[in-house]
Amino acid sequence: MRGFLAKVSQLDRRVIFLLMAVAVIIPLLFPAKLSVKVTPESKKVFDLVESLQPGDLFLLDMDYGPDTMAELEPMTYAIMRHAHRRGARLICMCLAATGVSLIESEIRTVAEERGMEYGRDYGYLGYRPYPAAVILSMGQDIRQSFPIDYYGTRLDSLPIFRNVKNYRDFKFVLSVNATSGVDAWIMYGKERYNFPLAIGVTAVMAADYYNYLQSGQIVGILGGLKGAAEYETLLGEGERATIWMNIQSICHLLIVVLIIIGNIAFMAGKKDQS
Amino acid sequence: MALSVDPGVWLAAFLTLCIFSFLYKDNLFYRIAEHLVVGVSAGYWLVILIRQTLVPYFVIPLFRERNWNVIPGPLGLFLLVIAAFLGILIFTRFSTRYSWLARIPIAIIWGIGAGFVIPLSLQTKVIRQLQASIIDLKTVGTWDGFNSLLVVIGVLSGLTYFFFSKAHKGAVGSVAKVGIWTLMIGFGATFGFTAMARISLLIGRMDFLLRDWLGIIK
Repeated sequence: MRGFLAKVSQLDRRVIFLLMAVAVIIPLLFPAKLSVKVTPESKKVFDLVESLQPGDLFLLDMDYGPDTMAELEPMTYAIMRHAHRRGARLICMCLAATGVSLIESEIRTVAEERGMEYGRDYGYLGYRPYPAAVILSMGQDIRQSFPIDYYGTRLDSLPIFRNVKNYRDFKFVLSVNATSGVDAWIMYGKERYNFPLAIGVTAVMAADYYNYLQSGQIVGILGGLKGAAEYETLLGEGERATIWMNIQSICHLLIVVLIIIGNIAFMAGKKDQS
Repeated sequence: MALSVDPGVWLAAFLTLCIFSFLYKDNLFYRIAEHLVVGVSAGYWLVILIRQTLVPYFVIPLFRERNWNVIPGPLGLFLLVIAAFLGILIFTRFSTRYSWLARIPIAIIWGIGAGFVIPLSLQTKVIRQLQASIIDLKTVGTWDGFNSLLVVIGVLSGLTYFFFSKAHKGAVGSVAKVGIWTLMIGFGATFGFTAMARISLLIGRMDFLLRDWLGIIK
């Protein structure tokens, strides 16, 4: 046993990388079916979208790029599909320069899949820099920040934008975000113009925003892949996030086992030294 | 199994493997991919800023429509020119003789930024958070009340830990210790979330390699 523990404490880190790769690849090839427990904060986001009536309009802000798409893309797909199922209309926008084309392709994918028509069922405003200024000016008139949409069309020539002036014309704002733009949405959007705001963030960011949930400054929060998997579960469309979350669980189990073995080996080594 | 025939997918797969090769050890392929990310990101950013900002905000209103929708008329166009001029002043940073001129637009940005940030930041991050840490008497005896109590204990003990004007001994030391535990629980939660985020990215890349590139997964 001592020999094994001594070997563990000298283990090449590449072995751990290899174990992690195996823990990801095998369940990807042979998907496991583990249950996903829905948390109240994710349920609140789902309920917000579920409350939409046919024809209702909401603003979906998507601020992420290729580096975080693995975490946030499943979330936006689930939200857009849900909105379409409710018969709601959505206006999308992006405040992250590296994501503007990616977001456009994601919106188009869901629109083609569900037969949504551009300008009637959904619209895409595109990207503008400096989130704080954009969010503040949109509170007065979205045309101040976005006189034209992503494709260069004047907003008033598209039916979906015609009667939209500012946040008051949206049922709520949902920001799926991997940047500090979330703070801007809370500070310059919610606090200044007082509209219902829900967020979806990467797992790294999630812990920093729970206090806003406690204070009622946000309605709900979707945290990383787990949040997306919970949303998919509520939607009854267990797709990518749910499968990926099962893989996460296996990886987490591996990490826990490695931490326990590592600590035992460390303590055994310390005892030997003393 | 249907191997991708898209050259873009092959390039993305090659670059993914280049980045993964760092896990074995630092090498030329990793460095090529790393430099490509920086270069391509900068180029992409520049194009997006020109296409999505300079053209619709400046070129179209000033040269094509001769009207700015925010402030219609000659005044709006004049303000656009002033804004563009201030923007150009930023580039005087490249000249040792005229670099002082760059301070003018920077001062304006800072001034406006501070004006917006300070009151809203206080409202959002201090006042509203303080309000949230007050126990609602209606919730006493319920789980919500218990949670609120935990929040109050966590806030007060955490603040005590960061109070350095008094030695952390006796009662103050005990409360500060509770503060440390609160912080540790917070760090633990953050670490857990971080591990989850990083694994998500790994799963995303592996899924891309196995599904989009190799076509092993349907």
